[in-house]
Amino acid sequence: MTTSIWITLLNIFGVLIVTVLLAAILTWGERRLLGFWQDRPGPNRVGPFGTMQVMADMIKLFFKEDFIPRFADIPVFVLAPTVVMATMLIAFGVVPMSPNIGVADLNIGLLFVLAMSSIAVYSIILGGYASNNKYALLGGLRAAAQTVSYEVFMGLSLMGVVMMSGSFNLRDIVNAQAELWFIVPQFLGFFVFFIAGIAESRRTPFDLPEAEHELTAGFHTEYSGMKFGMFFVGEYLAVILIAALITTLFLGGWHGPWLPPIIWFCLKTALLVAIFILLRASLPRPRYDQLMKFGWKVMLPLSLANLLATAGVLLWTA
Amino acid sequence: MIASQIRSMWLVFKHLFRRNVTVQYPEEKPYLAPRYRGRIILSRDPNGDERCVACNLCAVACPPDCISLQKTEDPDGRWRPEYFRINFSRCIMCGLCEDACPTYAIQLTPDFEMCEYDRQNMVYEKEDLLIDGPGKYHDYSFYQVAGKAIAGKDKGEADNEAEPINIKSLNL
Repeated sequence: MTTSIWITLLNIFGVLIVTVLLAAILTWGERRLLGFWQDRPGPNRVGPFGTMQVMADMIKLFFKEDFIPRFADIPVFVLAPTVVMATMLIAFGVVPMSPNIGVADLNIGLLFVLAMSSIAVYSIILGGYASNNKYALLGGLRAAAQTVSYEVFMGLSLMGVVMMSGSFNLRDIVNAQAELWFIVPQFLGFFVFFIAGIAESRRTPFDLPEAEHELTAGFHTEYSGMKFGMFFVGEYLAVILIAALITTLFLGGWHGPWLPPIIWFCLKTALLVAIFILLRASLPRPRYDQLMKFGWKVMLPLSLANLLATAGVLLWTA
Repeated sequence: MIASQIRSMWLVFKHLFRRNVTVQYPEEKPYLAPRYRGRIILSRDPNGDERCVACNLCAVACPPDCISLQKTEDPDGRWRPEYFRINFSRCIMCGLCEDACPTYAIQLTPDFEMCEYDRQNMVYEKEDLLIDGPGKYHDYSFYQVAGKAIAGKDKGEADNEAEPINIKSLNL
């Protein structure tokens, strides 16, 4: 009994620490990769290959003035950045990383993750509203509209996976892919979920809520110090979460030959994160109405068609 | 539409294998041409005398007015600056002073590493500016080619100069 408690605790804190550390390291990794893709080295001065840049940035963020504007709605302003980080960390709780690593084995794990990533958007909206700043409010509004339009088919695109595996439990879904990864029969679902995932984690090319060129920094214009840092870490956590989810749902999770399961999981997730960064390096941001039009007129019908086809095939073969 | 997005992603990805264009500055220094416009110096002629004759043309040409000097005259008839001061916190390294200088005294050099923590240290006095050599023009000596009489070199004794003619001796 006691040993199992220790193992659970190890699982919990291991996942917590590793995900937060990874999100921090990703700030360096992303800048380094973006640098290489733009024919420059990126941050390479602090420590070996610039890896200590993370520490330097952290120290800088901690010692910066944590300014709260007088015109802000102070309780909400303080609360907003914690929401995104907390929900993202909680969502990691149900992601199975290998046959014996993973915090909770929830029977509605997939719904839980979707719910958590939807709550995370409150952070953006509340942050934008509480800042009492025009740019921040516009960013918050955009985040709300973007979430409303992308949340719908994000859930729908996963229903094909749920139907094929017959479970909402992420562990069962991974086990159902031992023979064939779901990316093959559910390629459309993968494609739709990938795009919705980018929109959900508010990464370029769907980073309209913060759109530096139009809205200075969008929803986090008024944030500084560690509050800004939490938004930042939250965004990177979202990136890792979406990558881990795609791995679990479509790329067979920890399944793979020769290497140990956890290595396979990490490799696939890292590859997806790199693709996310490549997207940021190469694609421009669409106009706002184009984004909405794309969501409602292309992605939603696609995911519905995928759902229909999957259901049809399953009924036919059943 | 999707195809073009994927193509642009592929094009960006290929840059992973390109050489960086960045010059890692303090370790790796770029080549600076001999006529690079950097830190300003005052040169000496081949005999080791100051070339500057304190004519003030550089100070007049200077767009941000960063050159300040005062003329003085030696007992041997040479003109030289009593003080010569360049405020490098204003200097824009345009090189107009070098163009204006009739004696090749003021020259710009390929050196730009002149940062200071204290702004006052950016003001260079004559002893900071003077170098021991002739700079870019090795053989030029102003008093050797100019008609100005100094001790040891009377009128008409300069290079390419004829004896002066006393016009009152001409029978016109």
